[in-house]
Amino acid sequence: MIYREAGQFKTSYAADQAIFPIRLDRWGMLVTLFVAFFVIPVVANEYWLLSILVPFLVFSLAAIGLNILTGYAGQLSLGTGGFMACGAFAAYKLSTAFPELNILIVFLLSGGVAAAVGVLFGLPSLRIKGFYLAVATLAAQFFLIWMFNKFGWFNNYSPSGVISAPPRALFGDFYVTGASASPVAKYLFLLGFVAVMALIAKNLTRCKIGRSWMAIRDMDIAAEIIGIRPLMAKLSAFAISSFFIGIAGAMWAFIYTGSVEALAFDINRSFQVLFMIIIGGLGSILGSFLGAAFIVLLPILLNNVPGLIGWQIPVDMIAHLEFMIFGALIIFFLIVEPHGLARLWQIAKEKMRLWPFPY
Amino acid sequence: MNIRKLLLTAASAAVVAAPLLAAPIVAKAEQFIPLLVYRTGPYAPSGIPLANGFVDYFELINARDGGVNGVKISWEECETSYNNDRGVECYERLKKQGATGASLVNPYSTGITYALIERATADKIPVFSMGYGRADATIGSVFPYVFTAPATYWAGADAIIQYIQAQEKGSLKGKKIALVYHDSAYGKEPIATLQALGKQEGYSLNLFPVAHPGLEQKATWLQIGRQLRPDWVIMWGWGVMNATAIKEAAAVGFPMEKFIGIWWSGSEADVKPAGAAAKGYKSAQFTGTGTGAPIHAQIREQLYAKNMGIGKDTFGEVLYNRGLVNAAIAVEAIRTAQGKFGNKPLTGEQVQWGFENLNMTQEVIDKLGLTGLMSPIKLSCNDHEGGGAVVIQQWDGKNWNYVSDFINPRREMLTKMYEASAMQYAKEKNITPRDCKM
Repeated sequence: MIYREAGQFKTSYAADQAIFPIRLDRWGMLVTLFVAFFVIPVVANEYWLLSILVPFLVFSLAAIGLNILTGYAGQLSLGTGGFMACGAFAAYKLSTAFPELNILIVFLLSGGVAAAVGVLFGLPSLRIKGFYLAVATLAAQFFLIWMFNKFGWFNNYSPSGVISAPPRALFGDFYVTGASASPVAKYLFLLGFVAVMALIAKNLTRCKIGRSWMAIRDMDIAAEIIGIRPLMAKLSAFAISSFFIGIAGAMWAFIYTGSVEALAFDINRSFQVLFMIIIGGLGSILGSFLGAAFIVLLPILLNNVPGLIGWQIPVDMIAHLEFMIFGALIIFFLIVEPHGLARLWQIAKEKMRLWPFPY
Repeated sequence: MNIRKLLLTAASAAVVAAPLLAAPIVAKAEQFIPLLVYRTGPYAPSGIPLANGFVDYFELINARDGGVNGVKISWEECETSYNNDRGVECYERLKKQGATGASLVNPYSTGITYALIERATADKIPVFSMGYGRADATIGSVFPYVFTAPATYWAGADAIIQYIQAQEKGSLKGKKIALVYHDSAYGKEPIATLQALGKQEGYSLNLFPVAHPGLEQKATWLQIGRQLRPDWVIMWGWGVMNATAIKEAAAVGFPMEKFIGIWWSGSEADVKPAGAAAKGYKSAQFTGTGTGAPIHAQIREQLYAKNMGIGKDTFGEVLYNRGLVNAAIAVEAIRTAQGKFGNKPLTGEQVQWGFENLNMTQEVIDKLGLTGLMSPIKLSCNDHEGGGAVVIQQWDGKNWNYVSDFINPRREMLTKMYEASAMQYAKEKNITPRDCKM
């Protein structure tokens, strides 16, 4: 078959350490990016851009963040929703307090705020791990949401506690938040952000810091003996993970819904992102995207199918069918491949390289 | 898993996904109204009668009158499960359908209303949030596409206080009032109003937030019943929280006659699960109760007798009637707009004009068969609430009965509060308010 690496010789260290060492993968990635950046904005309509692709990208970013913490560093966390809320409320406070601040800087700073909070709630990880740590991060989840709900300062004393994204431009007239921003502008801005962040995450996991995360994950005592400092590794995982998740939260509030209350980031949001990385594949950047697609897009697809193929069935029936099929699919995929969709993709590639004599 | 299986899976996924890319079905010359409903999920007991009321009213209009001035109404339901993200998705899915796109949208959730205000304003589709959503959106110069008729939460709070005042022989000085509320955007809406009224009338207000979903209220009610002992309790609850609150209130011996809920805490779904404990519980309401209105007879005769309509099981429930009234106001806004733009399917922008010029007098209400189900409303460019009135009802164990006349909220004070809040919003969003003086 066409997918093989025979005849592709690596003659330098750089070529050997490339993210995509196989030429076909490289081309595949370039084509994907080309389609995402240039074809989709032209062909997709508003419904696709705003209510399908935007939440998918936001969740991909959050899933990458949680994957760094849980998939790579092995620190189980249920505080994702709380950290997303941190990012969202920080972005709101920053953009309303300093209207002239560029929105890009606002997002990065709000990621920084979430990172600081993440480190704070990551401290227990130095003493406890596994399910015990999950319970500790659960405290972060409940505390943060309670705090944003309780104190009016976070939402500029809005009577109902709802924050809404002010219109802000990336440069000149290119509005990326608020109602005046065009769907294409929102999508492209988000896509660019997610693409760069995904590249950063991929490289982080390939360098020294990522290897120390994985060492801690696989066996912390052994890692400590060979000279990895658990304090640095664990706290950096919490900081970087929360940075990603915080930005995802800010994007959710500013680019997707436009206005949110703290309850939008409740415990269900944390579970949702956790399921994404479990279904998609722990310890895989691609898995974060696949998992986000599975959890976000599949229910919408299932919900749309009866209408599109002309079935006249009541909406409550559709909703129940959606739950049943979606649940069954989760079980199916986890039985077929407990390591997630990313592992399925990897197996497919390995089989193709061995074709026509797979074993 | 082998490669063939994988490819098969991928191929079948592609087949399923392909129709999504196809163009939407060509629309007939009908007035399209998207219906965001929640017939499943934790709030389904409230969502089902509401949605049924809507569908029955539209079917009645099509069956009895052949549509609005000959233009048939078409609708499509989209299930939100009361979930904000799904609500946004539903709105985006349905807003371009029909001959002229969505003519208006009823979000039926405060959260979804908040998420849709900006989008719908940009799309020029009226958001009709009847008795929920953002109270300050009443100010039409800042929120041209949001309509809050016939009463907002703030108006509801004021009406409840007026009722309490009447029960207390006119003076609330030194009285203690507790507010038990769902700790969300919805539950927080009345706080500012109740505080402002407290300063004016001299009562003290104690706040008791209840975390979602509201099943855990023991501590709240022990504090209310044993420590604070307020003269009155007001509740801004939703879903399972309501029945739980009623049971807990009964458990601490709080008198039901002094316990008043807002209109989302006053349907059959709220009191029936609480059983005998709920007897005497009161709630505010802006739509009527029972099955005695002329429209109910017409629905029986035109729809149910001919095996049409879907609301038989929920017929006459509080929320079913609210669905009817909501649909009726929407249809009248379309009818008003037809007076200017002609009898054809109208765009959202034209229906917005219809809303702003809507005048439902008592004669119109009687003609529609809605006698006793709603109070007259009249909207204008700046006033999107329309001056509707609020009534207090009481549960006798079997039915809801009126225990007050229609109470007119004190809108002079409320308008000032609406305006202050709306201007703050306009400032944050760089909106220049419309000129409504013309």
